[in-house]
This record gives sequence, C-alpha cells and structure tokens, in this order.
Amino acid sequence: MTSMTTAPRPVASPARTPSGMKGVTFQVRDLNLYYGKEQALKSINLDIPRHKVTAFIGPSGCGKSTLLRCFNRMNDLVDVCRVEGQILLDGEDIYARGVDVAELRRKVGMVFQKPNPFPKSIYENVAYGLRLQGVNNKAVLDEVVERSLRGAALWDEVKDRLGDNAFGLSGGQQQRLVIARAIAIEPEVILLDEPASALDPISTLKIEELINELKDKYTILIVTHNMQQAARVSDYTAFMYLGDLVEYDETDKIFTEPAKKQTEDYITGRYG
Amino acid sequence: MKLWWKSGAPWVWLNAGAVAISIIMVVGLIGLIAVRGLSHFYPTEIVEFQVGDPELGLVQMVMGEHVRAETIPVPVARDAGIAVPPELSDDELVTRHLIKQGNRDVTGSDFAWYAELQMSEWQAPPDAMRLERREWGDFYGYALRVLEDGEVVAEGEGLWDTVQSRVARANTLYRELNRIERNDVGVISSEMEELRLRERALQREPDIEPATLQAQLGQIQDRQAILDQEFQTLRGEIDILRSELYRDTLVASVTGGQEVQIRIGDIVRAVQPNSLTLTAKAVEYVQQFWAFVSGEPREANTAGGIFPAIFGTVTMVLLMSMIVSPFGVLAAIYLREYATQGPLLRLIRISVYNLAGVPSIVYGVFGLGFFIYTMGGSIDQLFYSERLPSPTFGSPALIWASLTLALLTLPVVIVSTEEGLARIPSSVRHGSLALGATKSETLWKVVVPLATPAMMTGMILAIARAAGEVAPLMLVGVVKLAPTLPVDSTFPFIHLERQIMHLGFHIYDVGFQSPNVEAARPLVYATALVLVILIIVLNLTAISIRNRLRERYRAASD
Repeated sequence: MTSMTTAPRPVASPARTPSGMKGVTFQVRDLNLYYGKEQALKSINLDIPRHKVTAFIGPSGCGKSTLLRCFNRMNDLVDVCRVEGQILLDGEDIYARGVDVAELRRKVGMVFQKPNPFPKSIYENVAYGLRLQGVNNKAVLDEVVERSLRGAALWDEVKDRLGDNAFGLSGGQQQRLVIARAIAIEPEVILLDEPASALDPISTLKIEELINELKDKYTILIVTHNMQQAARVSDYTAFMYLGDLVEYDETDKIFTEPAKKQTEDYITGRYG
Repeated sequence: MKLWWKSGAPWVWLNAGAVAISIIMVVGLIGLIAVRGLSHFYPTEIVEFQVGDPELGLVQMVMGEHVRAETIPVPVARDAGIAVPPELSDDELVTRHLIKQGNRDVTGSDFAWYAELQMSEWQAPPDAMRLERREWGDFYGYALRVLEDGEVVAEGEGLWDTVQSRVARANTLYRELNRIERNDVGVISSEMEELRLRERALQREPDIEPATLQAQLGQIQDRQAILDQEFQTLRGEIDILRSELYRDTLVASVTGGQEVQIRIGDIVRAVQPNSLTLTAKAVEYVQQFWAFVSGEPREANTAGGIFPAIFGTVTMVLLMSMIVSPFGVLAAIYLREYATQGPLLRLIRISVYNLAGVPSIVYGVFGLGFFIYTMGGSIDQLFYSERLPSPTFGSPALIWASLTLALLTLPVVIVSTEEGLARIPSSVRHGSLALGATKSETLWKVVVPLATPAMMTGMILAIARAAGEVAPLMLVGVVKLAPTLPVDSTFPFIHLERQIMHLGFHIYDVGFQSPNVEAARPLVYATALVLVILIIVLNLTAISIRNRLRERYRAASD
C-alpha cells in the first residue's frame, strides 16, 4: 500500500471504507476512466456514505470532477471517454447495460460550477424537472416549487417574483435556484461541482449553510478547491492526485492527522 | 513626425476616414432618393410665358410646371433648332428650361424644352389650375364653367368650389363603380368560370351514367341562368352609375384661349397651386403622397400610385419568411445537433454556404424550370386538369416567387441559426441533461429558445435580401401590372397562383420601360424611397422582436 502512485498500472486495491460509516449509497469498484488513450482515473475504489457530505479535494487535473461526473454518467457526453469498472448505486451497477441514464440522473442530481439557470421564469426553472416527468398539475407544481425553494433557502427572497426571469437573480441566488431545481425532483444524491467557486464570500456562506441542512435528506458529494470549505462542510474527505485516490477518511482525520505525506503536503500548502 | 507615425494615430485616422466615407455614401444615397422622391408631391407653381419673337409677331403661350434648367453651348443649341441670335459666339452658353406643359391630348407631348432667349412675360397666374386626369396625363389651363347635362350650373364666382365638389362626387361614384366591377362582378364571373370548368370535367368523365350527367348538367345550367340574371342586374347598376359619373363636364381653356371640354368623371383631383396658402400646400402634399402609396397605377405605371406593388412585396416577403424559417431552422438544428461531424457534413455545410454566393438570376432560372414547369405543371395535371391547357399553378405566381426567394435566403438562415446554436453554452445543456432530460427535450425546451435571437438575425438578413431582389422575380411571378391583389375577399382569400407586382421590379419598369421618361423620373425616386422605407420597417420590426428576445435571454450568453 505504499508508493502506489509509481505503479505502472494500478492494481485493484481493496475498497476503502472509513470507519464509522453506516449506510452506503455508492460503491465504486475498480473504476478506470480514459479520455482517448489517456487515463484520467486509475482504479478507484471507495464507498460513499448515505446522508453525509463527502468532499473531493486535490490539485487541478487530479480527476476529482471527472470522478464526480461518473456518478450521474455526465461523462457519457464526452465522445472519447471510456469507463471501466463498476459504480453501484444501492447495489445496482449504474454502468450496466440497459440502464436508463435519464432515470439515473433523476436520482442523482447535479449542480455545476457556474450557475446555469434556464432562460425561463424562476418558477419554471424549478418546475422544469417535474414537467419533464409529465407533471403539469398546477397545485402539485406550486407545492413542489415552494418546498424546493424553501429547501434551497431562497423562498423568502423570490416568493413575490416567481414569474420573473431567472437571469434577474444574483449569482448566489442563481446557484441556490439551481440547487432548488435539483432537489425539486427529489433525488437521492446531489453532486456539487465546485458550487461556490464563482460566488462572493457571503453567497458562499449561504451555500455552505444550505449544504449542512440538505445532508439530512440527501447524500451529498462535493468537489472543491477550497480546503477550508471542505473542512467546514464535509463529513468525509477524499484526496486525489493525478487520477489516483490517495487518501479517503473522515474529514477530521484527514485534516488533523493525514496518513499520507502527500495529503499532508497538499493540505498544508506545501504541495508540489 | 516619426513619433506621430509610431503613435498609431494614422491608423485611427484611416479607420475613422473609412467610417466617415461610408456614412457619407449612405446618407448621400438616402438623401438623394428622399429629396428627389419627396419633392415630387409638392404642388409646384404653374407658370405661363410667351415663346417666340414678339417683334415678328410669332408668339405662342406656354403654361406648365418648371421642371429644371440647364445650360448648353451655343452650337448645341443651334443644332437643337433654337434660334440663337447670330451675334452670340460659339463659346457662349444659353439656358434652356424643361417645362411640363401637360395637355397631351391638345399638344401631343407633355414635356418640352424652351430656350430662355425666346421666353418673355414669365408670370404665375393665380387662377391657373392643374387637373390630374385618369387618362392623357395632367391638364393645365383655366376653368371657365361647369356643365351638368349640358346646362351651365356654375360660372365666374363660386366656380372653383363647384369644381371641387363635383370632382369629389365623381370620385365617390368612381370608387363605387370600381368596387362593383371588382368584387360583385368578380364573384359572379369566378363562379361562372368554375361552373364552366365543372361542365367540362363532367363531359370528360369516361364512365358516367347519361342520366346523372344530364341531371348535373341541368343543375349547372340552372345556376348559370341565375348568375346571368344577377350579372344583368349588376350591368344595369353599372350603366346607371357610369352615366351619373359622366354627368358633369368642365369647360376649360388652355393657355392661348382654346376651349376644351373635360368630363369631370375623368378628373382625379383639381388644384390651383398658385393660390394655395402654405398650410393648404402642406395638406395637398400629404394628400398627394397618400394617393401615391395607397392608389393604383395609371397610364402604364407613369402616374397614379404604387399600392399593389407595396402589397405584393410585403405579401411575398412574409410568405417567404414563413417558408424559409422552419426549413432553415430545422436544417440548422440537424446539422449542428444531430448529424455526425465529419467530412460529409463539412461538404454539405460548404455547399450550403456557397449557395449564398450563387447569382440570384440563377435561382430565377431554377425557379422557372423546377418550381413552375415541373412542380406547377404537375399540380395542374393532378388537380386542375379541366382547366388545361391554360395553366393555374404552371405559370409564374406568388407562391413560386416566394419559394424561389426562400431558397435564395435559406443559406443565410441556416448559417445564422447554426452560429446561434453553437454559441449556447454547454453548461445550460448539461443543466438540463443533469435533471434527467433527454437530448431532444433539452434541445426543444432550452437550447432552441435560447437560439431564437440568432434565428431572428437570420430572418432579418433574409428579409433584407428578399425584399430588394428583382432579377429572379421577373422569371417567377412578378409582372408590371397585376389586375388583382393576391389577397382579397373571394375564397380562398390568399391566391397563391396569382401574379404580383413588386416595388423593385416597378422601379425597373417605370424607369426603363416607360414610354414617358420625364413623367416617370420622379416616380422612380419616389418608388425607390418607398422600397427603402419598407425594408427599413420590415427590418426594424424583426430587430425589435429580436431585441425583446435577447433581453429575455441576455444573461445566458455571457
């Protein structure tokens, strides 16, 4: 288990299940991902705990966003991308033949780095996912929109202008709107890809508070460049480097007494 | 100096100069058209003068509107038959004036040049009048009296008021007459034509029971009899109206004293421009302009209005937009979103882009050969065989003109839409996909709405191109004089098989095919002005729609 990064081809390593983990949402098994000939993820094995926040940290290009996008198969959109191995969601392999990707993405919602509301009203943004599923009942939609916006801590700010265009909101509000849009279809998991990197500190704080509230109901995976943020919001942290999962453990442990020197160097800023 | 070159200031001057020259050219173009076109409607002063040598007693009175003056060298003047005094040397110049003297029925030609040397006693008599007539062009002269059924009803005091009221009455009657002839008679004759065709179709039917045939023919004949009856009634009405219309006569004298009788029913409007106040002139101006844009052309397009041409242009452009936008947008979506990117697609794309560079007359030839002869001919064979050999869709028509222009503008729409789609950020697409939307749901609910401003840009370019196109239209559906508008009150209301008039072609026709060059000249400018204004209006409409869309989607394209 030492000097794994120098191995010519990573061998399957045993699943890492940090101590104290109760329910498991995702089980990643021997995941290899290639962009053309280049390998971006090398034999990843890890378990994601249910109703907890798991953070992925690491330098740019380490594959943490790529890994996140494996959980809802957004990597399928890249033509040259090829995935080997398994990711089990509640015991079912999401890369198995015949899996309905749209169905999977309804279970695994995603929020991107840059707020990406649709060119529609605030209301219609939140109702979009439900309308896709054929829900057009006004009463149902009204209720879901309100609940989702409340869930994303945005309701009080927008309740009087639900019909306004979503582009009229500030960046932080837009990001919370996108979160509301994601939770409106009641997924099991929410993937957050650097959700606060384009926001100011106050909006960032609100998003972090929101993540804390959401973890009661959802399993949350977050990619972040900001180590303080990872320390603040997450229960578990995975450190990745050059496509390898270097260390994965409880956040407190990673930040106080990391097992690997690489992790310690990165956390203390001596990465290089 | 060297420092100045290095500072980059020359480049700024060069660039600014290019912009300035462009602006000057555009402003000059529009200005020239506007001034020449708009001044045509101003009630010009009527002048009267003597021509000839009073000492010899060879004088002639001339009355009319002064059009323009020019100076020519003495030898040229001598060649033109002007009696130049022998003491003038060859290097001197003489001035001559172009006078619109009207009265084509009296003098034979309505424009004439007169040398200033021979003109004397130039004056502007206040009671000189100009009559705009339905035939023979304008009349210049003095009103003497009004006759009703040959009896004098007005003379001297109050004459002009009577002239005006009688002209107004005649115009009302004329419009009524026109309406009956166009609509009521038109409805009857189109039904008659239909019955005739049905009769023909029945007779050509191979296996029909003789009894049924007889019965149906009988029905047709009954209906024909009824229609004939209605037609006779209308004829009676028309005859009465016509005799009412030509009840009054205006007796007028041309300059020099000769008396002329003019039926008031032939007069469109009567003006005494020399005695008009400035306000009255302004009113007259507006009325003239309105008559131009709302009226129908007269006298081989050298007089009257251009309404059918405006209407034809707008109808054709709108129809073209309705055809080209769905085709172009769908094609662009396929090319950009679904088709596999590769050499074949690149080839297709290059071909489409190059279509934009094909000369428009080539599209006209294609439209004639493919749309009219092949498609139109087949439609006639299939659906209108009883009318053959006279074509229905197999001849130049509105629909073929619109289709040809749609083809011509298709590349523009495809290119703009593709560019618009390419500009939609992938984050928006991913946002939709991440919510469990399929590719087509994402496309139609998010991507296409965001690309609508780009599609509108394509439409704007297409409209601007199509509205100004003339060459292909001459082959596929535009004529110098269309008897009917393509939209009217008879079923099916929009007549795609009719030929239309078009402003661009109208300019060409009036300017280059007209028998009366001088009379046509101001109309060419005025028509050009209307065409430019029309294109600007169409474009501004499209641009304002686009801006509203852009406003709505503004932040997404940041």
